[in-house]
Amino acid sequence: MTDKTQYLVKQEPFYQAQGREVALYEAAYAAKLPVMVKGPTGCGKSRFVEYMAWKLQKPLITVACNEDMTASDLVGRYLLDANGTRWLDGPLTTAARIGAICYLDEIVEARQDTTVVIHPLTDHRRTLPIDKKGELIEAHPDFQLVISYNPGYQSLMKDLKQSTKQRFTAFDFDYPAPELETSILAKETGLAEGTAAKLVKIGQVGRNLKGHGLDEGISTRLLVYAATLIKRGVDAQDACRMALVRPITDDADIRATLDHAIDTTFI
Amino acid sequence: MAVDKALGEYQHPLMQQYWARLNTRFPQVAEIFEEAMAEALLVIDRPDLDAYLDAASFLGRLGRGVEPMLVFLEEWPSVVAAVGKEALTPVLDFVKAMQKSPNGKAITSFLQTLAAVARRLQSVEQLQHYLDIARDLMARTTGSIHGHHTTFPSPGLPFFFEHAPRVLDLLSVGGMWNWVDYGIRNYSHHPERQEEYFGLKLADSRAVLQRERRGTLFADVERQLDLYLRALWRDGDQLVPYSTAFDELRKPIPYYDKLGLRVPDVFEDAGMIGGIDRYRAVLAHMVGHRRWSTPQIADNWSPFQRMAVEFFEDCRVEMLLCREYPGLRRIFLALHPKPVEDACDPETTSCLRHRLAMLSRALLDPDHGYRDSDLNAYVARFHTMLADGAANTTDTAGLALSYVAKTRRQSDQFAKVHFDDTVIDYRDDNRHLWQFIEDSDDEEFFDDPDKSKVRESEVVGLPPRHYPEWDTHSKTYRPDWTSVYEALHPSGNPADIDKLLQKHAALAKQLKRLLDLLKPQDKVRIRYQEEGSELDLDVAIRSLIDFKGGATPDPRINMSHRTDGRNIAVLLLVDLSESLNEKVGTGGTGQTILELSQEAVSLLAWAIDRLGDPLAIAGFHSNTRHEVRYQHIKGFSEQWDDEVKARVAAMEAGWSTRMGAALRHAGHYLGARKADKRILLVLTDGEPADIDVTDPEHLRADTKKAVEELDTQGITTFCLSLDPKADEYVREIFGNRWRVLDRIERLPEQLPMLYLSLTK
Repeated sequence: MTDKTQYLVKQEPFYQAQGREVALYEAAYAAKLPVMVKGPTGCGKSRFVEYMAWKLQKPLITVACNEDMTASDLVGRYLLDANGTRWLDGPLTTAARIGAICYLDEIVEARQDTTVVIHPLTDHRRTLPIDKKGELIEAHPDFQLVISYNPGYQSLMKDLKQSTKQRFTAFDFDYPAPELETSILAKETGLAEGTAAKLVKIGQVGRNLKGHGLDEGISTRLLVYAATLIKRGVDAQDACRMALVRPITDDADIRATLDHAIDTTFI
Repeated sequence: MAVDKALGEYQHPLMQQYWARLNTRFPQVAEIFEEAMAEALLVIDRPDLDAYLDAASFLGRLGRGVEPMLVFLEEWPSVVAAVGKEALTPVLDFVKAMQKSPNGKAITSFLQTLAAVARRLQSVEQLQHYLDIARDLMARTTGSIHGHHTTFPSPGLPFFFEHAPRVLDLLSVGGMWNWVDYGIRNYSHHPERQEEYFGLKLADSRAVLQRERRGTLFADVERQLDLYLRALWRDGDQLVPYSTAFDELRKPIPYYDKLGLRVPDVFEDAGMIGGIDRYRAVLAHMVGHRRWSTPQIADNWSPFQRMAVEFFEDCRVEMLLCREYPGLRRIFLALHPKPVEDACDPETTSCLRHRLAMLSRALLDPDHGYRDSDLNAYVARFHTMLADGAANTTDTAGLALSYVAKTRRQSDQFAKVHFDDTVIDYRDDNRHLWQFIEDSDDEEFFDDPDKSKVRESEVVGLPPRHYPEWDTHSKTYRPDWTSVYEALHPSGNPADIDKLLQKHAALAKQLKRLLDLLKPQDKVRIRYQEEGSELDLDVAIRSLIDFKGGATPDPRINMSHRTDGRNIAVLLLVDLSESLNEKVGTGGTGQTILELSQEAVSLLAWAIDRLGDPLAIAGFHSNTRHEVRYQHIKGFSEQWDDEVKARVAAMEAGWSTRMGAALRHAGHYLGARKADKRILLVLTDGEPADIDVTDPEHLRADTKKAVEELDTQGITTFCLSLDPKADEYVREIFGNRWRVLDRIERLPEQLPMLYLSLTK
């Protein structure tokens, strides 16, 4: 049997609630309803799931999805070794067996035929058939499936099927309001509120350009990076350029505009 | 007395001596001599006076009348003051050169603006460059016209001299050279046009002038400014540039109205502040007004009161802007003039503007250092007002009115107004701030009701699109050089095309076999899959060998299939120039190239239709750069049906081949298609040419450039030429993407084949 405790979140992650999402999640978990977390990159989706796992004291198994992932990467596979074959559970099977929260990050990156294997786990059946082994796993009562996806940036080709979407309850995340984001930066990095507010302001500037040359605005995660750099003594303007501007764009005009915002905000 | 002077009788012996040195008998010179010498003595040292007088004397004896000498005597001292006395030799050399050429008449115009030019250039080296430009212009535009055996003076030269100061206001000497060079190259054979060009009357001339201007051009930074407005201020209004080059009397000021934010078309750097930051300051200021200012009813306020309210309100919104982005203060302060406290004398001059400008400076600049007690008191009141919140326009106006009342002086009414250091050029004209219940007595209305009615012009066909043309000699684009008119091709009888296809039934059958082979198979094998629809035997055996040998086998032994379609968009551009009407062969089939082209186009369209690739067909011909006709025959979304066939049936040939413009226009359609591969297929029977172009090299180079432009857009251009002698130039234009068809009779067969082999 797999060691359950290794999947527990040991320390309380810092999470600042934006609304009633904590209580709502708890309700969903109590009913073991599958949950979908939507929102732009770096707005705190993964942190939220981690926080909830800690709060509920349940193991959390995270899978980062990619387009080369196959169903057996989730369910498990036979491995060949010198003595013949040996079955190895995949993360989804493990989670179903031990009663963990299974978090599939960026689910749309996975191929559609892969996504389908989660279907029997996400409706009233709560079972996982493993056809290669001829085994039918009944999910542990504590098991819950959480997926995240970012509806914004992916191509039109990548979207969840309706049959998948309609198996989940959903949270819509967005970047927090300026005051809230300021306090998040301050608490996460220990940066002074005043400087944090300026960073948030630059973040807003970047987000205004979404759709006008930027696919995604400056995320809270990047703002935290910048704040961390400033906290370590890096000059504020350099930190902003390094953490907020250079990563997100190669467009000279946008860069000049954001640089100007930095120059006029930090003086 | 005047008579005495005419004889050169002066009281002072030195004057007498100077007059003798000048050695002239023109009475007009005597009239101004004393005055001119007085001015000359201020800037020219005594030893150099002789040279000055000798030069004047020389000009008097050119045989061009009194004018050159008069102008020289009057203007030269200013030239010396601006660039120094060393300028004399090169200037005289140039005058001598003009005298030897047929351009002697232009000497006067040259001398007339010389002082103004020198003031703008400020150094002998720069002036030398200016003379070189003039010399070049003179050498290249003087000559015989249409084989006359006499030489003609340069038509553009006098106009060039006349406008030189104004041009140098806008351009550096380098820019001026480009401007002149452009004029010479394009109008050297057209005297009237040349005059218009150098007289700044031609649209071209202004366009090139605009392009060469110093500073930051609006056109270059428009996107950045859009982004700036959107990102920093969440304001997405239209930016409309106004011209600053040709309005000499009244310099326009930025403003905004319903149609958008109006900004100048160019900003030069101002000290440390770059042009782009000046634009940003202008935009930020206007955004401030849009956010925080409310219109005030102005009927009961005097112009002075309104001016004061404007100053206060401008400062209020700037304070608020600086709260948002503190770094703006640095830019504002750098652009804001710093009036000197005692610069204005209230006894003789109206000082209100000066007082308000100082106040405005003090409101923004904590280290203003002004001592005036009223000013400081109001600065304090202003800051108190803004201390808790944004305040509003009405409060600000109240403060402004009380300031005017408090500091009022009788002299404010004087006609002489102190203007130095009071113009704050990044601020808009505040027309939005005022609301008049009655029509004001002011002479100008901002919102003239007549002008606000937009007159709809009647739309006849599509408006022309303008494209630049590449000038290979100067390596620049000629702005908006060609006008492309697009129109729907007239229709004929579609049955003709069906008949043509029938005629080629055998060929069609052959093509069909090829098409079936080419038709998208829709299946692509993906190997190395752990799970797939089939076992990949090669890999499976390799894995088994590994396994038996004790190594870890690769579990990815399956393969699967993925559907894959052709994703090609193609535009066929057919040259419809006059030469297509020629018959093929001497006694052969007797078909014209046009008929063969029709057959070829029909077969290709039919074949591509079978393949399912999106295809567009267009024809083009041109009649000078002002009329490039681009005829729409088939659009990407249109079916290969009777309507399209009818247009193909009606294809007619005429006029010339200006290929670059047509390529650019076609590229603009093709560029909008979303396809993996975009192909522009050009069918032509000769090299690019047009009747208004004498240099064959020019249009070739332009077409080559157009092909390169398309290439950067990801559009592949391929040329099928029917000109047997095409090898000479077609390689130069299309690189290695071309084919020459030697036997034109085979065109109907070859065109579809070519396409198929290209896209195999």
